[in-house]
Amino acid sequence: MATSPVLRSVLTPEGVPIEVELADHGARAGALLIDLLIIIGTLLIAGLVLEFAALLIPGVAIATLAILSFLLRCPFFMYFELRWRGQTPGKRVFKLRVVDRRGGALSPKAVAARNVTREVEVFMPVTLLLVPPAAEDLGGVDNLLIIAALVWLAVFALMPLFTRDRLRIGDMVAGTWVVRSEPVALLRDLTTDSPSRRYRFASADLDVYGIAELQVLERLLRQPNTQATLDTKKEVFERILDKIAWPDRKSLDRESFLNEYYAALRTHLEQRALFGDRRADKHEAPMRRRGPAH
Amino acid sequence: MADDLLKSFRFRIEREARWRELEALVARAEKDGLRSLEAAELVRMPGLYRACMSSLSVARNLSFDANLRAYLESLCLRAYFVVYGVRTGFGQVIAAFLRRDFPQAVRSTWPAILLAAVLLVGGTATGWAIVAQEPAWFEAFVDPAMAQGRTPDATHEELTETIYRQPDAADQLMAFATFLFQNNARVGMLCFALGAAFGVPVVLLLCYNGLAIGAICAVFAGEGLTVEFLAWLSIHGTTELTAIVLCGGAGFHLAGAMISPGRRTRLTALRETGRTATTLVVGAVVMLFAAALLEGLGRQLITATSVRLGIGGAMLTLWVAYFAFSGRRGSADPVHHGD
Repeated sequence: MATSPVLRSVLTPEGVPIEVELADHGARAGALLIDLLIIIGTLLIAGLVLEFAALLIPGVAIATLAILSFLLRCPFFMYFELRWRGQTPGKRVFKLRVVDRRGGALSPKAVAARNVTREVEVFMPVTLLLVPPAAEDLGGVDNLLIIAALVWLAVFALMPLFTRDRLRIGDMVAGTWVVRSEPVALLRDLTTDSPSRRYRFASADLDVYGIAELQVLERLLRQPNTQATLDTKKEVFERILDKIAWPDRKSLDRESFLNEYYAALRTHLEQRALFGDRRADKHEAPMRRRGPAH
Repeated sequence: MADDLLKSFRFRIEREARWRELEALVARAEKDGLRSLEAAELVRMPGLYRACMSSLSVARNLSFDANLRAYLESLCLRAYFVVYGVRTGFGQVIAAFLRRDFPQAVRSTWPAILLAAVLLVGGTATGWAIVAQEPAWFEAFVDPAMAQGRTPDATHEELTETIYRQPDAADQLMAFATFLFQNNARVGMLCFALGAAFGVPVVLLLCYNGLAIGAICAVFAGEGLTVEFLAWLSIHGTTELTAIVLCGGAGFHLAGAMISPGRRTRLTALRETGRTATTLVVGAVVMLFAAALLEGLGRQLITATSVRLGIGGAMLTLWVAYFAFSGRRGSADPVHHGD
């Protein structure tokens, strides 16, 4: 989350692209860890139960456990990704989802594809590491095998780090992305905060900034008023005043000035955008320096 | 006063009620599933979803309120998952897979599967011929764990014993489990060998498997136990070897896309062939499961050569008929673009 979000867009059947944020590596690893813990926990409990059963019928426990672990692995992921619309318990905790890269519904085939490959990417080398085949079967090559398994695991586990869309092999084969899907609350519109309109801004006062600066200001205004926020507000306030060379600084109320400047700037920029003058940030020159702003 | 309001704010006032309604429905569907919604709410959902999508595209042009944009993006995405989520139940998916997807995938990739079958059969014939001529080659083709005493040095009685041995129940289960694991690993290797190495490992694995089978065949044939051994092998072997051929076919299918992706990028080619290939592999795993059951139980309980051959032959006929005829009338995946 420290790095800036990587955005992609999914084209819905309605023809409107929706912006999605690719899940970051840490969250995906965490989700996998939770799912694996659930699977291993289930197997442990089953193992304990079977341990008691084994007192009655010897030799059955390990075999049953082996079969159970086979049944739990891939089908676990497939079951949840089908039932929970692209989520597993781990993905739900980290608010991740699997989506089809081409848009449209996530098909059962895609779910199967991305989870069957998991068997090869993760489970096979891990099984080799945890339960190496008996040495006498191999004639002393087990060290080599373990190294091979480690390399294998490293290559496939690290694959999302090296692909542009953070794809693991399963995602490539299935045609899927793993994205973040977190509910965002709709907050009040900041332009309604100070309806008094005490200050009047000329068009030139509003031509100094673009959309990027507007949204930085928005974020600042939405922050809870801690000491740090107040300090930043003071700094931003003074920088704006310098920039637009506001004549009389003494009588200003900082909070309402910032609010009103935000409202005026947004009105101005939105209006200009309607006329085709969409200004991304302050470095981009406005289309017409002196237009009738209001 | 209304004229005084910002256009983007007026837009929001006008539409906000519908967004909130959709948000509440989506939140409930996410928490308790679509079934928790009432019929009337389900009917409203698509309309609300489309309205929200149109709001989003308007907001992208009209409003520079970052929070509003983020809200609509996230709401649309969440609603999209609910509206276009995987609708079919787990059971239905499995049923459709067995009835339609799997046999269709087999039919659509038959050239690749044929290639795999030819390699396996060719390997078997070669192994058989070589070991029949020169038993010393046996060591090279079959590793000791797989041979389990079935070497050219074994006596007639020892070989007969391996065909008719009857282990106890726990051993059978263990055999079933190890069988499952070994094959599972092999399947994994097979289906994966493809993309990275353009199918070369698939060729090697199929040939190697064929050579081993052929070598063991030769050992039994040398003691005049050909029919008995083939019967013993066929009871599960027809299912297992067919499954392995399918895996090999899946590998070649993917390798083909990697080697000559045509006008597509390799990634697109991998995606487009990947789903069919995985369908094959999943189906093959199911078949291997059946083979393991046949081996673990059937082979030990049924010892008459003719019955063994009968079951093996019947299974093979069954599989071929299944691949040839099942799911011919069903349409392709209705919820998705055809693969």
